[in-house]
Amino acid sequence: MPFVRTTLVAIAIAAFGLFSPALAQDLRIGLSAEPTAMDPHYHNLTPNNSLLSHVFERLIENDEKQNLIPGLAESWKAINDTTWEFKLRKGVKWHDGSPFTADDVVFTFARAGNVPNSPSPFIVAKGKTVTKIDDHTVHMSTAAVYPLMPNDVATIMIVSKKNADGASTPDFNSGKAAIGTGAFKLVKFTPGDRIEVTRNDDYWGAKPKWKTVTFRPIKAGPARVAALLAGDVDMIEDTPTADIERLKTEPKVELSQEVSNRIIYFFVDHSRDVTPFAKGKDGAEIKNPLKDLRVRKAMSKALNRDVMVSRVMEGVAIPASQFLPDHYFGVSKKLKVEKYDLEGAKKLLSEAGFPNGFKLTLHGPNGRYINDVKIAEATAQMLTRAGIETAIEMLPPGNFFTRASQGGPGGVPEFSFILVGWGSGTGENSGALRPLVATFDKDKGQGASNRGRYSNPKVDQLIDEAMKTVDDGKRAELLGQATDVAIEDLAIIPSHYQVNTWAARKGLKYKARSDENTLAMGVTE
Amino acid sequence: MTIADDIVAPETPEAGAIAVETPLRRFLSEFFENRLATLALVTLAIIVVLAVIAPWIVPQNPYDLAQVDVLDSRLPPGEKNAVTGYTYWLGTDGAGRDLLSAMLYGVRISLAVGVLSGLIAMAIGASVGLLAAYAGGRVEGFIMRVVDLQLSFPAILLALMLIAILGKGIDKIIIALVTVQWAYYARTVRANALVESRKEYVEAARCLGLSHARIMARHIMPNCLPPLIVVATVQTAHAIALEATLSFLGVGLPQTEPSLGLLISNGFEYMLSGKYWISFFPGIVLLVTIMTINLVGDQLRDTLNPRLKR
Amino acid sequence: MTAFIIRRLMQSVLVVVVMSLIVFCGVHLVGDPVYLLINPQADQKDIEAAIRALGLDRPIWEQYLYFVGGALRGDLGNSFIFGEPALKVIVQRMPATLELAFAAIAMAIVLGIPLGLYAGLYPTSPVSRGIMATSILGFSLPTFWVGLMLIMVFAVMLGWLPSTGRGQTATFLGITTSLFTLDGLKHMLLPALNLALLKISLVIRLTRAGAREAIHQDYIKFARAKGLSNRRVIGVHLLKNILIPVVTVLGLEFGNLVAFSVVTETIFAWPGMGRLLIGSIQSLDRPVIVAYLIIIVLMFVVINLLVDILYSILDPRVRLGEQSA
Repeated sequence: MPFVRTTLVAIAIAAFGLFSPALAQDLRIGLSAEPTAMDPHYHNLTPNNSLLSHVFERLIENDEKQNLIPGLAESWKAINDTTWEFKLRKGVKWHDGSPFTADDVVFTFARAGNVPNSPSPFIVAKGKTVTKIDDHTVHMSTAAVYPLMPNDVATIMIVSKKNADGASTPDFNSGKAAIGTGAFKLVKFTPGDRIEVTRNDDYWGAKPKWKTVTFRPIKAGPARVAALLAGDVDMIEDTPTADIERLKTEPKVELSQEVSNRIIYFFVDHSRDVTPFAKGKDGAEIKNPLKDLRVRKAMSKALNRDVMVSRVMEGVAIPASQFLPDHYFGVSKKLKVEKYDLEGAKKLLSEAGFPNGFKLTLHGPNGRYINDVKIAEATAQMLTRAGIETAIEMLPPGNFFTRASQGGPGGVPEFSFILVGWGSGTGENSGALRPLVATFDKDKGQGASNRGRYSNPKVDQLIDEAMKTVDDGKRAELLGQATDVAIEDLAIIPSHYQVNTWAARKGLKYKARSDENTLAMGVTE
Repeated sequence: MTIADDIVAPETPEAGAIAVETPLRRFLSEFFENRLATLALVTLAIIVVLAVIAPWIVPQNPYDLAQVDVLDSRLPPGEKNAVTGYTYWLGTDGAGRDLLSAMLYGVRISLAVGVLSGLIAMAIGASVGLLAAYAGGRVEGFIMRVVDLQLSFPAILLALMLIAILGKGIDKIIIALVTVQWAYYARTVRANALVESRKEYVEAARCLGLSHARIMARHIMPNCLPPLIVVATVQTAHAIALEATLSFLGVGLPQTEPSLGLLISNGFEYMLSGKYWISFFPGIVLLVTIMTINLVGDQLRDTLNPRLKR
Repeated sequence: MTAFIIRRLMQSVLVVVVMSLIVFCGVHLVGDPVYLLINPQADQKDIEAAIRALGLDRPIWEQYLYFVGGALRGDLGNSFIFGEPALKVIVQRMPATLELAFAAIAMAIVLGIPLGLYAGLYPTSPVSRGIMATSILGFSLPTFWVGLMLIMVFAVMLGWLPSTGRGQTATFLGITTSLFTLDGLKHMLLPALNLALLKISLVIRLTRAGAREAIHQDYIKFARAKGLSNRRVIGVHLLKNILIPVVTVLGLEFGNLVAFSVVTETIFAWPGMGRLLIGSIQSLDRPVIVAYLIIIVLMFVVINLLVDILYSILDPRVRLGEQSA
């Protein structure tokens, strides 16, 4: 088809001739997920929180390794067991020029947990009494001792009372109410397409280098990489592991990496006597083998974490020994990564009464975590070699999480053996222990994501004690002990910690973050 | 929705016009006049045979997790397994499957899905179409309304919604594909049967007092076959492509037993990192399979449609 | 005529009712979006509160009646994810999809008709055989695979065109579209070509078939006998007769293009309603799924109605209201 070809070439040449590179002060970032709204209290999930950090600020911020650092509060301290005092930064102005005061903080904490239609409200704002002492001092108190106050406060973005009072989420989306104190001002939110922000020249802190920043959601990994290689964006987040090896050798691209707070792990059914997806080799019903620690130990030994990291994750992960990587607050100091030991695994299975193994189905979400399907396939291969004949079934995340949480008879978790991930948003270990391995208890608000229904009074007691201890050193110790008990009992079987990779065009550097946030403030030339 | 639209010609070849040759022989000689179509038919036959005998000729069962080793993942074509020394002629995929074996199994699934859904849809569609043509009146009106409604709704959306609701699995994707296809058959059969049922031989059969069922099955149906065959080839190609697309969108078949579409989709993420083979080879096989079916269908149509005779 | 239109509308209402029922119950059975949307740190009470806030704690029939009540007032409910009216969420993304579909149709006409005409007029020439083989290739190429190939070649390897996304938009005569800016057109070229591929093949084949049949018709023979130039016979008499079915089919195909854009938009990160639908299916955003389907059905009804009415005007033999064959 010569005609087609000439036309195409002609059009392409015309386009090429008029190609203009972006200005040096503009930054274009490719995002892997789209923020759902410009209302900082509408949807408590990473894509929203990350993007809105450009426009809004918190009293306490997380640094790139999730250590707490002063934000709109210059300092904070516990003045008694239940009350914390925050000293607010002076001279901070909202984007509309009005001053930031304690009234805004009081207003924010009243609003954050009560946004209508919110699918994931900031419930942490609730249960805290916020009192204005003077224009630049607030007190926050709780009914009981609550050591996690600073961590909670570090999740809530402060909005301006003047602009946000009575404003709905669409008012934020249109930009009308999206008035923050942050380093950037919101210019335009075009759903599905892009979010544009511009530098706040009156910013109180270090002024960012970029005059304008454009964020574009490009969900498909290969398309994101293609956009970077084609020069359509300057930086991308969540670089697919498949491309990292090649991008390392690519002269026009620079990578930055950081271990994330997200662990990929397995839950087994700890509670039912007969579990639906574990069967004898002949397909007959058997008693739940997963309640036997020796079986869990065998599974953990059969898992070759080094291969998982080097082959499945292509080197972009770290073998896991507990809930959070070593440098986090409240982790165990003594736990080591379980060594791969196929013979040991087989021996343990025999001791547990399964010399010929058994059949098991691994369920997991499809497309929720980095390489989740491949992780499941590799796990099934490894367990099958040890004698546990493992089938896998990967489900669409919406279906998976509903069933894994309440799909069984009577609203219990449906599956026997699941692949899941967990990112500790609070940046310390109680953020994993309380939801994952504390006994499922609706009234206490614990064990909400304990989809294996693990229950160990010793673990519960240590967690309870830690949650009453304000002293950081002692609390870290208690959380570490709870972790030791839970992991030695294999409440969860850890696989690996994810490593987040950002890729940018040559010359750009990104201060990689453990909380998966992509912040233009962290991009330097 | 695709080529099917311009093929429904409710006229059958005038039987007995040429006395010397049987219609079949004439048909075959005309079909093989086109060398491209002949080549396509041969290629398609080879693909089908390979797919059928795949379990007996592949070096590795790609669905048996005990045979697949993640240590061998993403090996380029020609690499060997460290232990057995077996050569991966077309390389391995992201889970360590031998790509050659996975592709042969993949063609098997793709063809099975396409052909099975086609056959079931044809059986349903033809019966319904025949019933509409023969019964007439309200029955016909009702059936054809349903057919029209179905045809006016995009196949991909209907299949997408069905699969999203039903979940993954070969049985489910076949249900979805049957649902989107049957109306094409119904429309074709009805149009042809209407023409046939007005012909004298049907009158004659009625006069002889033959039962309705017998007239429909033994007299009208055989005369509707030629256009039906054309629709069937086109629809099979369409079904295979649709399954691949659904798998690509992440709602098709389970990951552990990949069809060609899923193999391509899985290889998608490796395209930019230079590991072309994971997506490229299955892509070529899918393309060749669909294209040969289309070429054969095209020639069938030209041969069966008397209006296009040169 | 009026009775015919009314009957058509009643039928589409029936389709909408049946479909919304199926989707409602289907998505309900698949799962609860709250487990996906909520922050993982949330405890059981928070989850229940969120489920209540979205009205998902009610029995399914009650939810459906509530939806029907709203729909009768023109309110299709709020998106679970975006918190805004589902209709607004879709309409916001509609121009991007429509401009892509229009561009694809234009490409199909511009490329398909000349090629098809040539193949129809000279059926035995090697070029014609080439064209026809290519058109079969066009039918056979899986759209998603071609999309990535286009990005690989034109954006990454050659660097001529942007890889993904929509370009700058401009407003002219009250229409905001990226068709009016150069940046917009550059972004449009690859996805539009990807979407047009099937339609180009379709137009080639329709045009060729039309030409091959028409060439033996009496009016062409007459025109030739009258001594008209070949150019005039083909350019005026032949083309005019071929164009009617081609344009009709393309008109009917427009809805299919919009539907099929789910694939192209996913690959090219095109901010249209197709990509929204895929996202909504993944996150079980039921109000958006239902609203999208309703919009598509209405679009089809309107297109089909227009085509039928136009036909009845153009061709006096067609009478509306009769059973179509």
